[in-house]
Amino acid sequence: MDNIKFSQEELQRYSRHIIIPEFNIEGQKKLKAAKVLVVGSGGLGSPLLLYLAAAGVGTIGVVDFDVVDESNLQRQVLFGVENVGKPKVEAAKERQKSLNPHIDIISYNTQLTSENALEIIKDYDVVADGTDNFPTRYLVNDACVILGKTNVYASIFRFDGQVSVFNYKDKDGNIGPNYRDLFPEPPPPGLVPSCAEGGVLGVLPGIVGSLQANEVIKVITGIGAPLVGRLFLFDALHFETRTLKIAKNPDVEPITELIDYVQFCGVPHEEVSVQEAVKELTVQELQKFQEEGKDFQLIDVRETYEYEIVQIGGELIPLGTIVQEAGRISKDKPVVVHCRSGKRSADAIRELEIQFGFDNLYNLKGGVKAYAEEIDTSLPVY
Amino acid sequence: MSKVIIPTPLRKFTAQTATVETSGATVAEAVQDLTDQYPDLRKHLLDDTGKVRSFIRIFVGDEDILALNREETVVENDTVISIVPAIAGG
Repeated sequence: MDNIKFSQEELQRYSRHIIIPEFNIEGQKKLKAAKVLVVGSGGLGSPLLLYLAAAGVGTIGVVDFDVVDESNLQRQVLFGVENVGKPKVEAAKERQKSLNPHIDIISYNTQLTSENALEIIKDYDVVADGTDNFPTRYLVNDACVILGKTNVYASIFRFDGQVSVFNYKDKDGNIGPNYRDLFPEPPPPGLVPSCAEGGVLGVLPGIVGSLQANEVIKVITGIGAPLVGRLFLFDALHFETRTLKIAKNPDVEPITELIDYVQFCGVPHEEVSVQEAVKELTVQELQKFQEEGKDFQLIDVRETYEYEIVQIGGELIPLGTIVQEAGRISKDKPVVVHCRSGKRSADAIRELEIQFGFDNLYNLKGGVKAYAEEIDTSLPVY
Repeated sequence: MSKVIIPTPLRKFTAQTATVETSGATVAEAVQDLTDQYPDLRKHLLDDTGKVRSFIRIFVGDEDILALNREETVVENDTVISIVPAIAGG
């Protein structure tokens, strides 16, 4: 650490750290010497990247393949309207550089995969997992276990957050539990929706990602007691917090190599294959139905509050009531079922086909969103 | 009588109820009572052999039941049982 020096500007910038007795200049030197890789620059990545940059982590790597979307801005405070359409890692780098010019930012505008993960992660001291899907979470975990890196983990869903520090090596060389000790296998696809499907309260990743940044800083500086062997749970809706103990799971096989995580998680390689089982109709075909005055029924399986934002003349039967209300659905003419994007309506169709033997149901591809984008652009898109 | 905390992703199977009072002297009996009250929850919580699924952990107080007596862990009045599923949002 003796070779780590600070300029006058840096000393001024970090003075509120340096005057904390437990932290002091030694803690600040450790931050400057540290290399942290943040996987995912979304909801969790935003506070992580902002606070780690502000705090003076010397090298920050950012992995993301996405571009900034309008719907990100409700929670991803790293970005502004001027960034919409730009690669996230580029926008992130600009923002971090403006926040702290004394640090190095390395951006990887790519998806983390089994092929590149070890190569990317090997140069870092600590990894912070802020991804948004199960395959990448298992990939990050396994790569960290193989390379012996600490994985500071957090995840969120709607109002719930989870935080832990995985694969941490303590002073005596003991290695703490990892993600697979907690969850040996992922849930089947569809049971636990992603934030894109299930929604998330915008401020939640701000809270949870900040806790994650705090753990990263503790791991680097060695101050306090990191969240090792413990799982922190936060329920933002009821303001309930719990810290539960997690231990190594004797039933779990040791991790020796990276696998095909998409297959492991049962996630179809292409989203359309989920829908293969149901018949589909494009929004153009629907428009033709309407123009030709074809005898068909249009069912909208969204929620009432969504129906109030935009509707295209369908009968509203929310997905949760579809089985009870099945009697309202015609069996002797084509029935087009739609939701916002086409996922829930496909679920509704599968349920109706299995339970009642419907064979006249068509899923509206792309849902009301595609209809508003391609057919009637005066309709709002949400 | 123990209190089971239902996590958000599974609340759609408990009519959005966040905590459920259950009877039973062990975790297995409490889970049985819980799934009797909310049958739709069963297949998401337990596999075909009745074992808790591997993406869900059950805690009694702050201890994972794996570190206790697994499903046979004794529960008492006012014991808090937490069901914790894997979530992946970020």
